[in-house]
Amino acid sequence: MDLKQLYQDIILEHGKSPRNLGKCEGYNHDAKGYNPLCGDKVHVYLKLNKEKKVEGLTFEGEGCAISLASASIMTELVKGKSFIEAKEIMGEFLKMIKNTSDIKSNYLDEDQKIKLMSLSGVKQFPMRVKCATLSWHTLFSAIEGNIKEINTETTD
Amino acid sequence: MKISNIKSQFPIFSKKVNGKSLVYLDSANSAQKPLSVINRLNDFYKNEFSNIGRSIHSLAVNATNKFDETRIGVKNFINAQHKEEIIFTKNATEAINLIATTFGHENINEGDEILLTELEHHANYVPWHFLRVNKKAIIKFAPVNEDGDIIIDELKKLITSKTKIIAVTHLSNVTGAIVPVKEIVDIAKRKNIPVLVDGCQSAPHMKIDVKDLDCDFYAFSGHKVYGPTGVGVLYAKKKWLEELPPYIGGGAMISEVNKNKITYAPIPEKYEAGTMATAEVITFNESLKFIKAIGMDNLINHENEITNYALEKLKMINSVKIIGNPKNKAGVISFTIKGVHPHDIATILDEDAVAIRAGHHCCQIFHEKMKLSATARASIGIYNSKEDIDMLCLAIENCNKIFS
Repeated sequence: MDLKQLYQDIILEHGKSPRNLGKCEGYNHDAKGYNPLCGDKVHVYLKLNKEKKVEGLTFEGEGCAISLASASIMTELVKGKSFIEAKEIMGEFLKMIKNTSDIKSNYLDEDQKIKLMSLSGVKQFPMRVKCATLSWHTLFSAIEGNIKEINTETTD
Repeated sequence: MKISNIKSQFPIFSKKVNGKSLVYLDSANSAQKPLSVINRLNDFYKNEFSNIGRSIHSLAVNATNKFDETRIGVKNFINAQHKEEIIFTKNATEAINLIATTFGHENINEGDEILLTELEHHANYVPWHFLRVNKKAIIKFAPVNEDGDIIIDELKKLITSKTKIIAVTHLSNVTGAIVPVKEIVDIAKRKNIPVLVDGCQSAPHMKIDVKDLDCDFYAFSGHKVYGPTGVGVLYAKKKWLEELPPYIGGGAMISEVNKNKITYAPIPEKYEAGTMATAEVITFNESLKFIKAIGMDNLINHENEITNYALEKLKMINSVKIIGNPKNKAGVISFTIKGVHPHDIATILDEDAVAIRAGHHCCQIFHEKMKLSATARASIGIYNSKEDIDMLCLAIENCNKIFS
């Protein structure tokens, strides 16, 4: 595993110009995440419709390329998914970041899986795993309507 | 001892990191160890090992004497008056906790004030915070200006009749600012307020004279002074150690124990309960000898030269912003790079085997004040050369390329 793999073009590109920044119109869920070790902050805004489908998903935040890219890719992939699908994708993402290198999601196409897999190199750098998972834990907290701020020191 | 080839005395520099020669710029975190120190630890375990103080067999007597020699070594290193004023702890953090707890127990009550500064490492804030929680004490922070220097006039204004102790760093682990501790002690003495100095960063890089500083307490870590981990030093004026209660109870710190009454050992044993990091403390004397052989003046001159070179070279890179511009600065340089998060800087520099630190360096108060969430930090040790700085700059240029 080398730097090229860690900072693949996808991460660099998303890190430099993150997608879906700001507050999405009509959001009805939101949650904040904070990594006290490096100061990364993220605020996820979510619009869930009556059928519990993610109609809008955006974020605001500051952090390293990995944390911004992870948040950016997450908003792209989870938007349009149902609550159940979003949870499955998140579960698969966390599994990949900690153990495996590939994604087995039933709800993502190949291109989308590759995008997520660009973050898999992070697991070689244990100190950086939390950079990649912060926005996902925060999204989960927003979906669950958990108002407590997500803190990487108290999540896996 | 020639500084120009001092790297050869540190075995770690013959190893490759990521296939490249290591450029170690994280000495403010912990310093690498010279071979003499590594050998001493090995040798003690191989040929001399025994616990100290209890037994009367030859090995124990030897170990006890060697342990005492380190205490004398430390006494001379910081120019303390008595060797009993030197207490070994597991690290500087424990040394500060020892004072915060015992001093706080005796002298801090509801509404009393503890004066810190905005430069403090968390190790010189959190132990005092416990007194805020447990004793309803008030913590005040002397502010720093935008150069990263403590504003002494503001510090003076924060001293009241309720101020019970001032705890201040000697050298900032973020900006490298050398704090005028002697001036602060002078101010405090006029009001009869004791001063604790966090010497973690100053002990390896400055001449320390606790008699001249006239501080009441001075704490530092052995591992930053080219010594093993597990050794912290607390210097405290004799009268404090005699007056304050013990910190940890157990064997070795007692004089007489019966069912109704316990009396404590005289200092320094009163504060050294249980089995200490015997081998490491004994080994630490070798680190002090290593520094003595170089000569503190030579060490300071060398590190100043490298620090000035680093500042000069880093200022030539447009994207780099150095944090703080203190009046007197030692070899700790925190910086940011435009458009690159410090964590990304550290990971990319690591690929070039340039080891720096990224984050808030356990100084969130200061980072908040400077409106920064994190910085990258390069810190200089005795083994660093101008070539190391050139490598740092090359790696930063590489980082700029990746993120441009």
